[in-house]
Amino acid sequence: MIEFQGIEKRFAGVRAVGPVSFDLPPGATLGLVGENGAGKSTLMNLLGGNLQPDAGSMRLAERPYAPHGPAEAMRCGIAFIHQELNLFGNLTIAENLFLTRFPRWWRSPFIYRTGLRAEAGKLLAQVGLELDPHTPMDRLAVGECQLVEIAKALAGDPRLIIFDEPTSSLSTREAERLFALMAGFRRQGRSLIYISHALGDVLRLCDDLVILRDGLVAGRGPARDFTIPRLISLMAGRVPEATAPAPTPPREPAGAVALAVRGVSRPGVVRDISFELRRGEILGIAGMMGAGRSELARILFGLDAPAAGELRLHGRPLQGATVRERVRRGMAFVTEDRRGEGLCLEASVADNLALAALPAFARGRARRIDRPGLQAALTPVKAAVRLTADADGRAVKTLSGGNQQKVVLAKWLLTKPGVIILDEPTRGIDVGAKCEIHELIRALAAAGTAVLLISSELEELTALCDRLLVLNRGEITATLARAEFDQARILAAALPGERSA
Amino acid sequence: MRRATTMPVFAPGWRPRWGSECLILAAGGVYFLAAAPFIPGLASWENLGNLLSNLLPLLVIAVGQTLVLIAGGIDLSATAIMAVTSVAGAMVMRGVPGHGPVAALAGVGVMLGMGTAVGWGNGFAITRLRLPAFMVTLTSMMFFSGLALWLTQSQKINGLPAAFNALGGNLAVELILTTAVVGLTAWGLGRLLAGRWLYAVGHNPRAALISGVPVGPVVMAAYAFSGGAAALGAVLLTGRGETGDPVLGRYLMLDVIGAAVLGGASFFGGRGGVGGTAAGVLFIKLVDNSLSLQGCSHFTIMMVKGGLILAAALADGGRRRLAGEDQGGRA
Ligand SMILES: Nc1ncnc2c1ncn2[C@@H]1O[C@H](COP(=O)(O)OP(=O)(O)OP(=O)(O)O)[C@@H](O)[C@H]1O
Ligand SMILES: [Mg+2]
Repeated sequence: MIEFQGIEKRFAGVRAVGPVSFDLPPGATLGLVGENGAGKSTLMNLLGGNLQPDAGSMRLAERPYAPHGPAEAMRCGIAFIHQELNLFGNLTIAENLFLTRFPRWWRSPFIYRTGLRAEAGKLLAQVGLELDPHTPMDRLAVGECQLVEIAKALAGDPRLIIFDEPTSSLSTREAERLFALMAGFRRQGRSLIYISHALGDVLRLCDDLVILRDGLVAGRGPARDFTIPRLISLMAGRVPEATAPAPTPPREPAGAVALAVRGVSRPGVVRDISFELRRGEILGIAGMMGAGRSELARILFGLDAPAAGELRLHGRPLQGATVRERVRRGMAFVTEDRRGEGLCLEASVADNLALAALPAFARGRARRIDRPGLQAALTPVKAAVRLTADADGRAVKTLSGGNQQKVVLAKWLLTKPGVIILDEPTRGIDVGAKCEIHELIRALAAAGTAVLLISSELEELTALCDRLLVLNRGEITATLARAEFDQARILAAALPGERSA
Repeated sequence: MRRATTMPVFAPGWRPRWGSECLILAAGGVYFLAAAPFIPGLASWENLGNLLSNLLPLLVIAVGQTLVLIAGGIDLSATAIMAVTSVAGAMVMRGVPGHGPVAALAGVGVMLGMGTAVGWGNGFAITRLRLPAFMVTLTSMMFFSGLALWLTQSQKINGLPAAFNALGGNLAVELILTTAVVGLTAWGLGRLLAGRWLYAVGHNPRAALISGVPVGPVVMAAYAFSGGAAALGAVLLTGRGETGDPVLGRYLMLDVIGAAVLGGASFFGGRGGVGGTAAGVLFIKLVDNSLSLQGCSHFTIMMVKGGLILAAALADGGRRRLAGEDQGGRA
């Protein structure tokens, strides 16, 4: 189907990928794994026409293939579902789906709106999304956007579909739905390339695997020849220390109440939410996509106003406090939308890291930045999330997806927060780094920080949390203590329509 | 601990390490050297002094504009602020008895205060009322140029205090004032909290807000600064002309924005700096000066200047690609 021959890509002289050679038989599902920054997305960008190789060539169905842009790749039957969402919030779902190929009245420039709706409806049905095609995009949750991206890829009836970390924003159940979709695509004879850091999924779904390390192929073969530990050691080029999240040792988080939430409601989003988060505690929030987890986080952080209810931080009311005041009073928020809200993509890594903590390093009446002090504070934080020390001057947008996520985390670590809200903190982060970030979260809690952890990964929640809230359609349906953590019980409480005690 | 993630250290290829300001400065230098033999008088001390004194007011105004551009906005009202502060200052100075230094001081105070206030008003409308910057500053440009003409019935106001005229008429004073303002701004952008916040707001206001940056006040401050800078430019030019002029700075707007953009500022925000803008101002004024020495008409100068600015911008685009600053295509 597709064949890479010595393909190579450099950025400003630095080699990101290559030379890489391998091929993918038609109809097969290829798993592409590697650490953050190994070059997976870059390689796929070459295939999808977003980047042009500096050396080497590609062949598609036995014919030379050198796309000049994504449109050409599309015409050749290659669809690329990117790691980051590329949708226009101000347009409707249907308009996003048909951005480059609106159905028209004959060949006139007028859009055939009835046809648009019908076609869009069909595509949405294929991915199992039951929404009106004319819903504006910005009303959708990230997971739903992900499904729209997939529907968009299907619009061109592709032969090869590339999935770059599609599950990183989906909860377990939604991911299962995606896997069912993928199985369907395979039955239709389409080839798939699947990139993910969830190695279990990769092993289960793929026929063939290619492991990338520092831009080179570090291993390949049929999936049945690999095990997770072997994959990890191939990815890292060494034997791993720890791979599965080890459960937090049981302990008594008997700190004072850091964040008290009483009766918080916002119409259409959350209803009557009450809980207390203590210092040193890791409190998890589980729930399906659209259950209101991120929306709740936004209310807590002052980005949206609650219609009713009361918030207290360390006993003092938070009513009317702006985001800035919250940050000053020790709150931190790692958002799930790292590109839209977490980072200044064009700015350097150092500037991004420093941003939230800057006031703490401003001296004197003029608020001059203490640059040596800042620099000194940056070093340990970067080491904590395993960011390369030499990354400082680079624009954040040139980092790989996982490394960008680490920048967002490190930015907040620098502020030494008292209460930190983590919304999908390990999204897109490779297995090795993920374990270290879990350690980091535990260390934060051990040092007295109150942690509110939102995650779509049940294992992550059960391993890290002292207590778990289950959110279902904006309401808390279960509060579980550590001893009561149980997959079935959590799922039952999270599923719409069903109610658990 | 194991080696931190990825980013293999291969031998980096050649890439330029200099920024926009160096390129534009070099372009100016080349232009000067190439033109000097053909344009008699271009390289004379007298002309160079002339060039410098023409350049200073524009530099002050363009630095103000640069701050607004960094914040991701645009200030089209800068020249209208010049006109209205020029006449308002002149009227105040004529009104204060004595025509001495006190009057001059009152005039300067009123001008700077008024410019800053108008700029702050622009910023307020943009951040609090959430109106587009283009529209807000366009309407305030129309309103204040109209106001300047209405206040004076299109007449110039003469008879300003000598102490005031000395501010704009004296190259040394101008030079000191401008250097101080420009130098402090450059330092502040790089070293002060406010400067770093300004860039963050320009890059991504939502990310800045979530990081605890007071986005609204920062944007308002940028517009207020631009208004104040325009007023300072007006102080220098009014003093030089010794008249309050209701159409002061009428042709300057494009020079102001052109200089900032040439120097690396971007309409998308987050980019630009004082050094670049200074180089841009120098380039534009050099072209202006050389062409008017040739006896070209205002219109010819406009046309040639447009072409040269485009050429310089193209060259800078090429430099960025070489430097890898614009490696787009990230997914
Ligand atoms: N536009 C760019 N400019 C400079 N360097 C880049 C650019 N894009 C990618 N790189 C570099 O290329 C390397 C590979 O990045 P890539 O995004 O392909 O990694 P990845 O395997 O997809 O990682 P992740 O799992 O984190 O998504 C990284 O070192 C990255 O910093
Ligand atoms: Mg990637």
